[in-house]
Amino acid sequence: MAMEAQQHQHTAPTGFIRKYIFSLDHKVIGKQYYFLAIASVFLGMVLSWLVRIHLVWPNVHVWGLGALSPAGAPGGVISPEYYLSLLTIHGTLMVFFVLTTAPQAGFGNYALPIQIGAEDMAFPTLNMLSFWVTFLALCALVSTLFVEDGPPISGWTAYPPLSAVGSLAGPGQGMGQNLWAVSIALFCIGSLLGALNFITTTVDLRCKGMTLMRMPLTCWAWLITAILSLLSFAVLFAACVLLILDRNAGTSFFLPSGLLVNGQLQNHSGGSPLLWQHLFWFFGHPEVYIAIVPGFGVISHVLSVFSRKPVLGYKVIVTCLLAIGFLSFTVWGHHMFLSGMSPYSGFLFSIPTLIITIPATIVSLLWLGTVYGGKLRFTTCMMFALGFVSVFVTGGLGGMFLAQPSLDIFLHGTYFVVGHFHMVMGVAAIFGMFAGTYFWFPKMFGRMMNERLGKIHFWITFIGVYCIFMPMHFIGLEGMPRRYSSFVNDLMQPLMPVHKFMTIAALITGAAQFIFLFNLFWSMYKGPKAPENPWESTTLEWTVPSPPPFDNFGGKHPVVYHDAYEYGDVHNGKDYVMQTDPAGQPAKS
Amino acid sequence: MGKAFAVVLTIITTVSVAIFVSRHWWFPEVASAHGGAMDHQFLETFVGAAIGFILAQLGLAAFAWKYGERKGETRPIRIFPGGAKWLVVLALVYVGSEIILLEFVGQKVWAAMYFTPPAADSLQVQVLAGQFAFYFRYPGPDGKFGPIHTGKIDETKGNFFGIDPSDPGSKDDIVTVELAVPVNKPVELLLNSKDMGHGFYVPEMRIQQDIVPGMEIPLHFTPTKIGKYDIACNQLCGLGHYTMRAFLEVMSEEDYQKWIVEQASLQ
Repeated sequence: MAMEAQQHQHTAPTGFIRKYIFSLDHKVIGKQYYFLAIASVFLGMVLSWLVRIHLVWPNVHVWGLGALSPAGAPGGVISPEYYLSLLTIHGTLMVFFVLTTAPQAGFGNYALPIQIGAEDMAFPTLNMLSFWVTFLALCALVSTLFVEDGPPISGWTAYPPLSAVGSLAGPGQGMGQNLWAVSIALFCIGSLLGALNFITTTVDLRCKGMTLMRMPLTCWAWLITAILSLLSFAVLFAACVLLILDRNAGTSFFLPSGLLVNGQLQNHSGGSPLLWQHLFWFFGHPEVYIAIVPGFGVISHVLSVFSRKPVLGYKVIVTCLLAIGFLSFTVWGHHMFLSGMSPYSGFLFSIPTLIITIPATIVSLLWLGTVYGGKLRFTTCMMFALGFVSVFVTGGLGGMFLAQPSLDIFLHGTYFVVGHFHMVMGVAAIFGMFAGTYFWFPKMFGRMMNERLGKIHFWITFIGVYCIFMPMHFIGLEGMPRRYSSFVNDLMQPLMPVHKFMTIAALITGAAQFIFLFNLFWSMYKGPKAPENPWESTTLEWTVPSPPPFDNFGGKHPVVYHDAYEYGDVHNGKDYVMQTDPAGQPAKS
Repeated sequence: MGKAFAVVLTIITTVSVAIFVSRHWWFPEVASAHGGAMDHQFLETFVGAAIGFILAQLGLAAFAWKYGERKGETRPIRIFPGGAKWLVVLALVYVGSEIILLEFVGQKVWAAMYFTPPAADSLQVQVLAGQFAFYFRYPGPDGKFGPIHTGKIDETKGNFFGIDPSDPGSKDDIVTVELAVPVNKPVELLLNSKDMGHGFYVPEMRIQQDIVPGMEIPLHFTPTKIGKYDIACNQLCGLGHYTMRAFLEVMSEEDYQKWIVEQASLQ
């Protein structure tokens, strides 16, 4: 292994394009993914503002929107169909281009090779390709905002027949939906290439002494996520290709006979809309864990660092992550309890869905046990890690209700579901990303972020997300359906004050994210210079300068002697032992 | 900072639990025979989840309050008593027993709705969903529905259901825009869609089912309260999705008989 790493040496490019654009350096590619996610998350957030604004002030004129979409938002007033377009693009951006990119491809690309003592990813060219394919995918998705017909209105899940019969089905279902399908297919390719790279790198490029059980939990999380990506994105890719064929080549994978759309009898037969749902959710449920497992890794890691304690139950956490990864492939049917599939399948799917809460609960308890008795340092990073534990528990408990098919009969498709998944995969994963940002920023950019701005950002965000997403659970109990652009016939009108409260909370919480954005860019240039190891952390990225040299270790080959989380025992005035500290146990090769 | 976090988290936990427990926002009053059992199951899950929620959040708050590092402090760290083992056991026992309870006790509702066939004397009504309306068909005196021919649907001629006029089974069928059923009588709906995936959701009845084109999906329930209820489409079906609704009217047996005769005369 070490031999291969030695042969892998390459020299730093000097030209601007090879250095910053078509770079092969995992650190640059990691940053590229990170900024792609930052751009996507802010666009997605603005779209969610528009969605929330339309729900409570349907007649308000939004500046500039009329020019962007004269048909969807004439004069800047969002039409009901444009509301659906906005939420489709919001969901797609957030799930794919934020939750799937930054935690895994962003931080993973940046930190994984350094943390395992490698000079780069196993396949640097493949790495570059996977980013640029993902970038093309984002371009295809964003371009739907500018095509004449507007973006698709079928939601991020794109259920056929709505997504498969073309523009007859409604605005955006022509060119917009085609671009959507192409975008997701491209995204799948990018993710598959990335996953191959992550797995190979972790298996092959670990330095001397870095046994699997000495890896930081972040590396375990990225490895497991990569395996999930490899197995699930392949299926989504197939589904997207079939959808593109149904739409453009006259096939009928997802379309049954006798469809009468907009007064026109369709010339399709033999397909099933449920086939799409099975393929989509076979990807879609592991996807939830693709979004959150890297967060598990980061949170386990930083809780240990800032509690000055070894992570409690390292082996148990690894086992739980593996169990979650395996089980995540057996639960997709819980999205389909009421889809018309066999009710016996529904019953069966509910069993692993409930069982998966056991490893998730164990991991949450171990986080609490890690914090217990520690010497907590309340950096912004630590605040977001503690916040992660809180929102993950809150969101996860909503899953106990939705995992039961009989309760799903009432709760399915209501705001309870919206509150649940935003809390558990949206907010929790984003808290993981914030924790990762505040943690690795000094290494990535060689400067410290501003802690005061960071704390302000944390407090508004933490209180804000509870104000936005907790009430969604309440109105879900009233049976309020999601994806309704307004509430006619007085249905649910009494709940409008709750909606107003959530919208105002969303506007404030969203605005607070600009504090983060300012802090990010200001600190990049004006922050105080970062030392090599500002957090007194033990892992390999903190043994190299901030930022690290091109080949990470300056031509040296690190050797690992210790586990990743040796905190607490004070030697020579330090309460931690670097993984590379030769004192103590000998390296295992 | 840790103390502030503990205070804020305690407030969030208390307010959240208080709002749930106050039942200010809560299920609409149940109006079907199986709904009570479902609400009961929700309550059982709620109690289990609430205990976990309160313990976890307050535990996190307490640790953040207590274990903050002070400058120059030399106190040693403390490992969780018993290590990871007892936490694993706690999770296995607490969540495990919760799961067993919910799966094997709570599945009765699901089984009653989906595993057991509808009562033999159920009133059968066919539902046809399309962008963005529901239509309902009663079988008439012969008790039989004719087939649906989507190609024959012609709204200008009032043929909303795709009925073949020459088909003997369809002759006495009654097509309506409202679903009316007698109270306390089992109903079996046969759900069909002519175009998109739709949903059939009546919160008060505690029923919901996706409607999928190409499949006829049965759904049975027994309404127990006279009243008029919204039927909402709850599966995104296009630009007018939010306008797609109909009414379910639960009537006394006499009113229902009058209503169905009146509807028959309108065909």
